[in-house]
Amino acid sequence: MDIFLQQVINGLVLGSVYALVALGYTMVYGILELINFAHGEITMVGAMVSLAVVSALAGSGVDMPGVMIVLTGVLTAIPVCMGLGYSIERVAYRPLRHAPRLAPLITAIGISIVLQNAAMLIWGRQYIPFPPVLQITRYDIGGATITNLQIAIIVLSACAMIGLVFLVNKTRLGRAMRATAQSPQVAGLMGVNINSIISATFVIGSGLAAIAGVMVSAYYGLAHYYMGFMLGLKAFSAAVLGGIGNLTGAMLGGLLLGVIESLGAGYIGDLTGGFLGSHYQDVFAFFVLILVLVFRPSGLLGERVVDRA
Amino acid sequence: MSLLEIKDFAVHYGGVKAVKNVNLHVDSGELVCLIGANGAGKTTTLKAICGLVPAAQGTVMFDGAPIAGMATHDIARRGLALVPEGRGIFSRMTVLENLEMGAYARTDRPGIQADLSKVLELFPRLAERRLQKAGTLSGGEQQMLAMGRALMSRPKLLLLDEPSMGLAPILVEKIFETIRNVAAEGVVVLLIEQNAKRALEISQRGYVMESGSITLAGPSSDLLNDPMVRKSYLGA
Repeated sequence: MDIFLQQVINGLVLGSVYALVALGYTMVYGILELINFAHGEITMVGAMVSLAVVSALAGSGVDMPGVMIVLTGVLTAIPVCMGLGYSIERVAYRPLRHAPRLAPLITAIGISIVLQNAAMLIWGRQYIPFPPVLQITRYDIGGATITNLQIAIIVLSACAMIGLVFLVNKTRLGRAMRATAQSPQVAGLMGVNINSIISATFVIGSGLAAIAGVMVSAYYGLAHYYMGFMLGLKAFSAAVLGGIGNLTGAMLGGLLLGVIESLGAGYIGDLTGGFLGSHYQDVFAFFVLILVLVFRPSGLLGERVVDRA
Repeated sequence: MSLLEIKDFAVHYGGVKAVKNVNLHVDSGELVCLIGANGAGKTTTLKAICGLVPAAQGTVMFDGAPIAGMATHDIARRGLALVPEGRGIFSRMTVLENLEMGAYARTDRPGIQADLSKVLELFPRLAERRLQKAGTLSGGEQQMLAMGRALMSRPKLLLLDEPSMGLAPILVEKIFETIRNVAAEGVVVLLIEQNAKRALEISQRGYVMESGSITLAGPSSDLLNDPMVRKSYLGA
């Protein structure tokens, strides 16, 4: 029982990160019907930038509490990633707005390779450790442990998601985003500048990815130029699992995928008599994804795939 | 000076000249209709005025400024509203949110509130269903929503593309009555219709479009009695 609770906690932490990244995929897909494969790499850049800032501050011996150092890293990573997301859309996707759909998709894969290699040139190919600036405290709940970092990740993601839901549902910008997602032409007739809305979507999604990048590198204690690939793939799976284009779906899909993966990793050894180990956890995530797609191709909360007026 | 003046206008779709040599104007206080058969180029003309498709040649003057080549949202912000063919409502948003989208470019909150009350008064059905998803409305209600949404922008010129299309006869009557009321309140309207009879009855002037060109123009009462119009469009 205690392993069950422990794995659920670990899964929720992981799932919160997936959810934040999945939101970026789903928002862009909702508006452009484009799968922005470079999104995982934006998360990686967020992790790298914050890590660079945190390392510099920790190494310089300034008298700052660890939390403030990490916070400075986050607050640097967010604008950097926002600018990166904005530039990618402006330079790589906008010129292809009216091109056949395969063209921007291949461009997205290209951008992701460019970002990986740029990161490799800047930060090297080795794993970079996250400086131990945070005081980790463990709490015992029902036989399982939860750390202050895990609590922080869950709470911060929840806040970011609540903020996004509020933005999308209750503000003028959010209304314009939803209108553009449903019909860009009609939104234009209402006076909505489609290009600004698309830019805003990339900027917001990239900001969330930056936060997720910092969380994941702080949680695992390291970052790597290739980390965005698997993280992006998982988050994309989470978005598809929940129903791509659907914000609630991305959040639900992220959390579910995290928990399933975590439980899978926890029990796979027992289930196979030790034949398969916990490093097969990725198999669980993708296996569940395949099952959902077979029985419910539009995802858990997905609407009809074609919904254009 | 005309509110809208189109000169020597042409639109090409691929290599096809969908619209050519179109000259058309709408003056303040007018309700003008553009009639013609399916595929004559009426919708294309409206879309090109709004910048949804590029014009190949010609000038479009709106409220004293040339708007050809401008982005759709800039044209909309100058006070030109189009109710597109097929209504184009935001089906996953509520009725109220659709109406709020109509006022997207406006910042005068009290004015928006006043216009919202006016639109809901004009279309009581929408008031009853304000919190429903627009996609759940009937065809006639959706048309009213699309018109109400366009009015929320407080347009100088309202372009209506086939507002009666696909509606039951009783609703068609209701829609035409509404258009006349809206025009009577001072909104300038350019109406595109396949229902030529009703369109000519409520408008002051009319244009007849055939194969992409204007073939006939004049006061609607004259067009109603024109032998060619009667034969081709009024079934008489």
